[in-house]
Amino acid sequence: MATTLNIETLAKEEALEIFTQMLLIRRFEEEAERLYRRGLVRGFLHTYIGEEAIAVGAIPNLRDDDYVIGHYRDHGHALARGVDPKAAMAELCGKATGCSGGKGGSMHLFDAEKHFMGGHAIVGGQLPLAIGIALGVKLKKLDSVVMCFFGDGAVNEGEFHEAMNMASLWKLPVVFMLENNLYGMGTDVNRSRAGGASIYGAAEPYMIPAVQIDGMDVMAVKETVSEGIAKVREGTGPVFIESMAYRFHGHSMADPSNYRDNEEVQENRSRDPIDKFREDCLEAGKIEPQDLELAAEKVDLIVQEAREFAEQSPEPAPEELYTHIYADPEGN
Amino acid sequence: MAEMLLREAVSKALSEALDEDNRCFLMGEDIGAYGGAYAVTRGFLEKYGEERVRDTPISESVFVGAGVGSAMIGMRPIVEVMTINFTLVAMDQIINHAAKLSYMSNGQLTVPLIIRTVTGGGGQLAATHSQSFENWYASVPGLRVVVPATPYDALGMFRASRKDNNPVIFAEHALLYRVRGEVPEEYYEVPLGKARIARPGNDVTLVAYSGMVRVAEEAAAKLEEDNISSEVIDLRCLSPLDLDTVIESVKKTNRVAVVEETWKTGGFSGTIASDIQEAAFDDLDGPVVRINGPDVPAPYARNIEQLMIPNSDWVVKSVKYNFGL
Repeated sequence: MATTLNIETLAKEEALEIFTQMLLIRRFEEEAERLYRRGLVRGFLHTYIGEEAIAVGAIPNLRDDDYVIGHYRDHGHALARGVDPKAAMAELCGKATGCSGGKGGSMHLFDAEKHFMGGHAIVGGQLPLAIGIALGVKLKKLDSVVMCFFGDGAVNEGEFHEAMNMASLWKLPVVFMLENNLYGMGTDVNRSRAGGASIYGAAEPYMIPAVQIDGMDVMAVKETVSEGIAKVREGTGPVFIESMAYRFHGHSMADPSNYRDNEEVQENRSRDPIDKFREDCLEAGKIEPQDLELAAEKVDLIVQEAREFAEQSPEPAPEELYTHIYADPEGN
Repeated sequence: MAEMLLREAVSKALSEALDEDNRCFLMGEDIGAYGGAYAVTRGFLEKYGEERVRDTPISESVFVGAGVGSAMIGMRPIVEVMTINFTLVAMDQIINHAAKLSYMSNGQLTVPLIIRTVTGGGGQLAATHSQSFENWYASVPGLRVVVPATPYDALGMFRASRKDNNPVIFAEHALLYRVRGEVPEEYYEVPLGKARIARPGNDVTLVAYSGMVRVAEEAAAKLEEDNISSEVIDLRCLSPLDLDTVIESVKKTNRVAVVEETWKTGGFSGTIASDIQEAAFDDLDGPVVRINGPDVPAPYARNIEQLMIPNSDWVVKSVKYNFGL
């Protein structure tokens, strides 16, 4: 799909906001990697570095009453949805002030108030949940939409196919956002999927309109997703958007990434979505270099504050082990 | 006081839910046009319409997950999985998602979902259709597990389950649907986590749940003929578990047998036995006796199928032998 929504059409503030959000996700995760090496972040840490254009191109098109749900590579989705970077970083560090109280960690960020319905860490498991949220929306006669992120690995799960069928059958308001970064953990999509690396055709048997876009081009993502949301909001059923992507780092911090050759990684890194957007903006005269410097300083400050907040926050109190296993009887 | 079948008690509970709460809806395989595999929802589609009585594709994972997802945003879904054997296909949604969301989100999300399902064997449906997994679910923090044995409890505990804000596995035994019992006209609830003394007695305590409550009661009647007085305790819920009622009884009788339909290895009777020994060791005159089905898959042929489901003669023999009565 050709991009017709070009940088010329953006207001300067909007262009700066896109740049700032992508850079925030990048710098946030670079800091998280440093904290991991320092031993402050433990468990699994899966970074989104290289894929920022998808979250930033997609999520800000949503209204506050829409919903976002996704997988365990969730920092980018959470930040793009407006989850407080301090609360997100504190969660990575297992602190009581984290957005999941220190009980979820990197893979399970939640912010119900922002309608960020979680990072979910069983591959494909969030898809039935997205169907349920969309069904709830429909039964409540609302016109909210549910944006559900999943990776190429999830497409081979039964839950994916069950979810696609039900979404189409019941005409549910779901924007299926496939982030195809070409590897399910360490397995090349060409070795896991009949039909190879291009996946959006998988939506066709379910009669769900589907497109494939360059997930490193934030403007392409923005345009396609905004059209997709509008279509879903009409109530005619789901849409499916496959964003071709590449994660620059390993699957998680535990991954030496020896199943990809360096040439392939370098070639993809040369298409860095943030660099590309920066260059396009400068070339179009949309943003001045000093605007970008200011934005970068602002981002650095936010990340620094998030790190300091996380470092200084208390761990969960021992009694927190036993809270919220069951719902508060007065809750809901 | 009206008499009704357990099946009718569940139907009544579901009607109430749909009548009283517009956040409630039913979803499952063949619950609408077919009327439910066990006829519990017969006539519901005509009465409530297809938006609230939703026939689903045979896709347990997604329709259970859809229940979880809709509950996350404040609906009160009641999902029917045709039998507990099929819940295995939805295990990811039940255990990794429904049971975990409150905890992992630190209480930001709740999952007020009821999963109704049919449990138990004895219908000559062979190995894949005769199992009981309530004990498995009871081992998962975050789930409630409700196992009614009477029409009164089925209605009363369903009402309580609707008020609970947690995912509830509501397991109805297939062979109990045609059991008749008294159900008051006036409103009542049976709280979750409160066991019932189904029959008072002094010499031995028989602990059971679901289909085995009747077996224990029959055994108690037979033991009475030999002047052995049995106290039968119906657990009603495996989670939350009312251990206090069990311990109180054991302190009185000093002898206890736990009767359970499913396999002995990993059976819930093991948990009960261990809990009793921790809490009341000095009150016991002998080891806690576990009466479970043997560790075999359920066969089809009637004669050998019957050999794997505890019955009252089996309980009587075991009690007399183990306690020297």
